[in-house]
Order: sequence, then structure tokens, then C-alpha cells
Amino acid sequence: MKQIIALRINGAVCEDAVSDSLLLIDYLREVRHLTGAKMGCDGGECGACTVLVDGHPRPACITLAASCNGREIETIEGQVSNGRLSALQRAFHENLGTQCGYCTPGMIMAAEGLLRRSPTPSDREIRTALGGNLCRCTGYVKIIKSIRAAAGAQL
Amino acid sequence: MTAPLKSRAAGHPAPLIDGIEKVTGKALYTADLETSDALAGRILRSPVSHGEIVSLDVSKALALDGVRAIVTADDCPHTYGVIPVAMNEYPLARGKVRYRGEPVAAIAAIDAHTAEQALELIELDIRELPAYYTANDARAKDAVLLHDDKPGNLDREVHHEFGDIADGFAAADLVSTEQFECAEVNHAQMEPHATLADFDAERKQLTMHTVSQVPYYVHLMLARCLEMDTCDIRVIKPFVGGGFGARTETLNFELITGLLARAANGKVMMRLTREETLITHRGRPDTQVELKIGMSQEGRITAVDCRVTQRGGAYAGYGLVTILYAGALLHGLYDIPAVKYDGYRVYANLPPCGAMRGHGTVDVRHAFECMLDRMARQLELDPFAVRSANLLEAPTRTPNDLMVNSYGLPECLSTVEMASGWHERKSGLPPGRGLGMACSHYVSGAAKPVHWTGEPHAVVSMKLDFDGSITAFTGASDIGQGSTTMVALAAAEILGVDLARIRVITNDSAITPKDNGSYSSRVTFMVGNAAIEAATRLREILIAAAAKKLEADPQDITCTMETFSVHGSEQSMMSFADVAAAALAEDGTISVKGTFTCPPQAQGGKHRGGAVGSTMGFSYAVQVVEVAVDVETGLISVEKVWAALDCGFAINPLAVQGQIEGSVWMGMGQALCEETRYMDGLPVHASLLEYRVPTIVESPDIEVYIVESNDPLGPFGAKEAGEGALSGFPPALVNAVADAIGLDLNTLPVTPDRLMDALVAQRRKQRRAASLKEAS
Repeated sequence: MKQIIALRINGAVCEDAVSDSLLLIDYLREVRHLTGAKMGCDGGECGACTVLVDGHPRPACITLAASCNGREIETIEGQVSNGRLSALQRAFHENLGTQCGYCTPGMIMAAEGLLRRSPTPSDREIRTALGGNLCRCTGYVKIIKSIRAAAGAQL
Repeated sequence: MTAPLKSRAAGHPAPLIDGIEKVTGKALYTADLETSDALAGRILRSPVSHGEIVSLDVSKALALDGVRAIVTADDCPHTYGVIPVAMNEYPLARGKVRYRGEPVAAIAAIDAHTAEQALELIELDIRELPAYYTANDARAKDAVLLHDDKPGNLDREVHHEFGDIADGFAAADLVSTEQFECAEVNHAQMEPHATLADFDAERKQLTMHTVSQVPYYVHLMLARCLEMDTCDIRVIKPFVGGGFGARTETLNFELITGLLARAANGKVMMRLTREETLITHRGRPDTQVELKIGMSQEGRITAVDCRVTQRGGAYAGYGLVTILYAGALLHGLYDIPAVKYDGYRVYANLPPCGAMRGHGTVDVRHAFECMLDRMARQLELDPFAVRSANLLEAPTRTPNDLMVNSYGLPECLSTVEMASGWHERKSGLPPGRGLGMACSHYVSGAAKPVHWTGEPHAVVSMKLDFDGSITAFTGASDIGQGSTTMVALAAAEILGVDLARIRVITNDSAITPKDNGSYSSRVTFMVGNAAIEAATRLREILIAAAAKKLEADPQDITCTMETFSVHGSEQSMMSFADVAAAALAEDGTISVKGTFTCPPQAQGGKHRGGAVGSTMGFSYAVQVVEVAVDVETGLISVEKVWAALDCGFAINPLAVQGQIEGSVWMGMGQALCEETRYMDGLPVHASLLEYRVPTIVESPDIEVYIVESNDPLGPFGAKEAGEGALSGFPPALVNAVADAIGLDLNTLPVTPDRLMDALVAQRRKQRRAASLKEAS
């Protein structure tokens, strides 16, 4: 069964016919050609596909596209404004919060969700909020540093 | 090779030059490439661990609407592998299957759903054979052979002896022998495997985008397995989401996708699931280490006798190198007069093991550093003191003929001892808390390449054109470690130009020079030196042009901050743009090339296997780990790590820090929670929930110290930084647990259930001792 969904992706209104079983990650990557969100596992284990749904971090690989009808989706591609990096993107870049970069889009979106609800998070809050996002390169040291730097820059 | 430092490029922290793509989601990895015109590839895998293929019938699957091609062993009669003398694996199982999940057939269809339907229609009949999941079972007398030409299921045995072992042990005041078990671990790089193969049926040419660390190997193996001329193949590496050794060897799915694309006369995208990625394996083998160390009263090591058994999985792969490294790297860290090594690489019906960060050394180093601590305790010596009693003096050669030109271990020791406040902290810790330390080292690339072609070990070319931009071309694979940025920094440093003027083009066999690949931490040393030589040649051309214009001696001209100036004459200067224009006017677009070749004296001893372990220089690392142990739950939490690493010179200190943090942390995963587990050969760990890598929640703060010993042959003095610190973590952790609760552990990983078992056994032993005492 297909149904028409209408939603906003990075501010733009989109209308598409999607099957009931289509996952949000496949909708974003295959239909909308937004490949920033990654598949790193076989479902809900690694956080590389994290996007914001109505401002909350969600793993797109275990979210149905149809369930996003009427919602606001934000992906890594929407974080740049006027051609410039967001505070988190800049902090991840400058502090080497990214090495291979595969987990980075999901990591930045999870951190973006955190900073919106808690602009100056403690280390414990950072660790809790990103507990579902795996990184295999950094040991997380510079990821925490990047988020702290971004939080400081936004003050 | 050390060049004078004139500007502010090398040696200053630099964000990755391809970092903006990574933080914006613009970086395209293989699975992100355009596939609207591609078929979907799927692999049929063996449902059993060991058996003879009686029949394989693909006719029904081939008849399914939408199926474009099916390939089986009939399409590829050639083995592949990384070691020319040890290739015994086929892309698709031929005659026999030897592990559960081994590829047997593959399908290309118009979409994934059709390909999956077609998989169900393939009829596979296998006559099962006995299967072996431990090295001991596989080596049993009556065990069925996995490979007919490998009696005893033994892939390789290695026996080395350097110095006089008997004399060494006779001179010792204390001789200890212990056995250690280290579980098999996997790289678990974040990006699952993927390959896009495009066969041009008109030109009979193949283009492949793939996740490789060594695209050059993929290129060679495609030519071999598809019986194609190498000039009809093009291999491109897009952004790669981590490697850690998993992608050093050419992998079966890459060759299978090439076979499928040719059979379908088109384009095939193969995306493996995480489960399939973990089944493809190539990780660090399950390893048993039996280690005997002799030590004098003062803590001097007098002799070492080490026996290692690795469960290598179903095929040879990198096994020969792994088992040789395990012995060779007993040397090079300390001054040890006599070392005996016996290594056994055993086949088993499990996914093949391969290279993984710290290749070969990690489990042996673990045993070694644990025993040093325990022997120091018996001799009432401090752990730092016992290491300091066994230092090398560079320059030197080890008993197995490894070259050591720079040696920052003493400075690493003093740095970490002081930074951690070792002595004060150790005496002031509450119950359940402990401190442990360990040393480690790793090669800066194998000085003898796998393929002895006679070519230089690295080539970098460079172009200056009308637009004033400088483009460096390299085949070095950036897999997140920052090698692309390293090349740009080296070029900017030598040329005295702004980093932004340098572009780096990487990993397209049609454009970039061949590179031996990103493994054994070779890139900074070898490609860095080649980049320096290329930039130096370009600088000579520019300086000659400037000298002509300024009517000065070229020897008096330097370029810093994009300005060429004549020594001693403040008025005579030219901008980079003017000098570039003058140089181009002479001869048009300027192309130069730099190469690097490891000198013969670096390429190892004359003994059999002597090429493995030989390197241009070793990195050295020391770390202190503080733990808190909960004896009620068996949970160990790592509170803090202090780590120092001698990388010779940090061309990019930011990237070096990141490499040290990442490798220490990966060592933590192996120490605490990572292990593969199989049930009758079925990988029950094959997801990121079951294969537990540490999350951000339990990952500690890591304080990093960079030590610079300035290697005389390194690029600006640099050596490797990405592997050396890994193997120190597991022993430092186990030593810290011993400090915290007085329990010596000999099995990795130290999971809560293993720790609880050990605690229960310890309590039982204590109770028995107490009751015996009472009775007497």
C-alpha cells in the first residue's frame, strides 16, 4: 500500500507517495537523495542515521517514512545556513570531532537535538544524549570537546 | 630526509582538509554513490561450517524475472589473497565450504527485493564434514583437513631463536611462566562494506568504487580473478568510513561484484549488511600466549621464550604475516639479549582473520606487560623502574636485526609517570581503585613491501599550473587518519605557501600514482617523504625562476609566507604568483614527482621471515590507566588514561592526538568488552548490539602527550602515530585491576562475568587457605 505524505525536510515542503513499509532512511537517501544520514548497522544499533523529527533526534533506520506525515525533518544537509557551517559543524571540524566521518552526520544531529533542549550541557548530559551514537575512530574525546566548544560558541 | 622548517604548516594543529565535507554530509562514501542505473547485488552464503558442495543449481533463480546475472565458482577458477605464496581462497567457494557464511553464489537483479527472492531459488546441496572451532580441536590427530595440502590444519609454523636462551635463563634470579588467552576481535569500522562495479561491455573495461585501504591490491586481484588486463581496470576509493585493517586485503565481495558486473554487462551496487560485514571478518585472531621470562634481581630481562597459537579461521589471508609479527615484535621495545619464539597459525571453520590495528603484536604485548608487572611485584620493584631497567640505546639494531634510529620510550615513561602523579596517586587510592601501566610500540610501515617489484615504496606527483594552484596526487588511502591533510601540510611546509593553495587528489588509478596502501602505519613515513621530495623538486624549479628574475644565486633564495626573497637583500623579493608565472613561462605546466624507498639496511635480517617487523622506525608509547572495580557486579570502569606516544615529530599534532586517543580507546574495547562469539560456527555476535564496542557513556577522558624523538630518516623527523598506543591498554588495564583488587587475570576481554568467575574462585581459594590454616 502506498500513501501520500506531506512533510518539511530542512524547511522545504515535500510530497511523495511512499509505501507503508518504507523506512525514513531509505526515503531520505533514495527518494530525496539526501545521503548525509548513513546506514551503519542492521537497525537501531549505531545512530549513524540520526535525524531530527520535530526537533528530536531519531534513528531514521527504524522510523517509518509514513509516520513522518505532517512532521518537520532536519538532516545534516540542512545545518549549513547561507553557505556557512553551524556552530556544531564548525566545532566538529576544528576540533577533529570527525575522523573517518561516517558517524559524524548522526553525531552532529544528536548533539544538535541536545543543545536545543540544553544549551550548556554537562559532560554527563552529553554522554547520555549521545549514548546511542557509536564512533570507532575518536574514542569520543574530541567529540565531547567539539560539543563543549559549540555550546560555548552559542553563549 | 629531514628538511628545515621554515613556515607554519608542519608541526601546527590543522583541521582535516576534507573535514568540511564530513561535517556537512557532502562526503560521498561508496554506498552514497549514484545507483539509479545500477543493479542490486546479493550473496548466497554457506549455511554450514564445513562441507563438500555436492550440487549447486541456479537455473530456477536465473529464470526469475528481473534477474540479470548469477555467478558461482564456475565463473572464477582463481584464488586470491594478499601474500603471493599463500593464496588459497576463492571469491566464491569452489568444491568445499569452510565456514558458515562463506559466499557460494551471487545474484545481480533489477532491485534488491528481486535479488533476495532469487537467492531463495538457488538449490545448494552440501555434504557436511566435521567442523572445528578451536585451534586445539583443529589440531587433533584425527581431525579432517580443511585444506588437503595443510597437514594438521596448520597454516604456518615459525621458529626463531636469537641470542643464547639457556644462558639467559641460567643468569636469571627469577623465571616466570604464564599462559594468556585473548579473544578474537573485529575492527567494527562504522561503514559497512560496499562496492560499486561498472562494466563497460563495449570497451570491455571495469570501473570499481570500493571501500578499500589498498585499492592497488583490489586492482591486482580483479585482474587475476577476472582474467583482465590491469590497464582495462580502474579502481577508485571514495570517502571510506574507517578500516583499522579490515580493508587491507582485497575482500570477496569486491571480486564478486566485479564478476557480477561483467556477467550482467552493466553496473552493480553491492551493499553488505552489518551482519555480512562482520562475517567477512579479517580481525585479530583468538590467541593463546605461553610466555616465559627470566629476570635479574635488578629487573633486567635476561631471556624470553614465547609460544603463540593463533586460530586463523578458514583461509590463509594475512596469517603468515600475523604469526611472524607476533614474534618479531617481541623485539624493538626493550633491550633483550635472548629471545626464542614458536608460532603456530591454525585453520578453523570460522571466518578468516587478517590484519587489525596493532597487527600481530597486541596479544603478545599484553602477556608481556602483564608479566613484567607481576615479576616486578615479586622482586619488589616499581612497574616504571622495571621498564626503565631494560631500555635500548638508539641508534641500534635488535638481535633479530631490526633497525632502531630513534627511541623516545624513556621520555614517554618520565612524561606519563609525572603527568599521572603515579607514586602519590598509587598510594592514595581508595579500595576498589587501582592504577596500572604498560609500554608498547609499533612499526612505521613494513620496510619490505608485500610485492617485491623493485619499485619505490611510495610515489607522489605534484602539478603547478596557470591558476597558481598546486595539486598533489597520491594513491595513499585516507580512511579517516588524515593522510590527505598530511600530504598537503608537507607540501606547504617545503614550498613555503599557504595550505589553501594545495589541493590533494587521491585514490583513482586513472589519475594518481600507485601506492602500496594504508596499512602497517606506513603512510606518514613513506608517502610523507615522497611528498617532501616532490615539493622540494617543485621548489627548486620555482627558485631557479626567481633567481633568474632577481638576478641572484638560487642558493640565496628562500620562500616563506608565499614570498621569495634573496638572503641579505631586503629589497629583492617576488610574490609566489609572479614567480609561478615566470616559471610557467619557461616551460608551461610544471609536473614533478617525488619517491621514497626504504634503504636495504631497514629491510630486515637474512633469517626466514626477517622481512616482517623490519621498519624505518618504531613509535613508542606508555600509558597509565586508572580503574574502579565493583566487586559486587564485576563491572570495571576506566576513570582516566594518561598516554604518551613518541611519533618522532607531529606533522599534524591535532591528527596525532586523535590517533592516540582512538587507538588507546580501541585497546580499551578489546580489554573490556569486545569479542566475537560463535555457536557451531554461527556468528552470534554479528550485530553492533552483540559485538559490544564501548559507547560514549563508558569512555574515559584520555590525556595525551606527544613525544618527539626526531627520527633521522622520518619526514621532518616523523614516525607512525596511529597504532603504537593500542597494545599498551589491555595490559595497563589488567595491571590496574590487580592493583585495585589483588587479582591477576589472564584472559581477555575482562567482562563482568569473567571477572565475577575469577573473584568467586579467588574467594574460594582464600576460604580454603583459611580453613586449612585453622585445621593445622
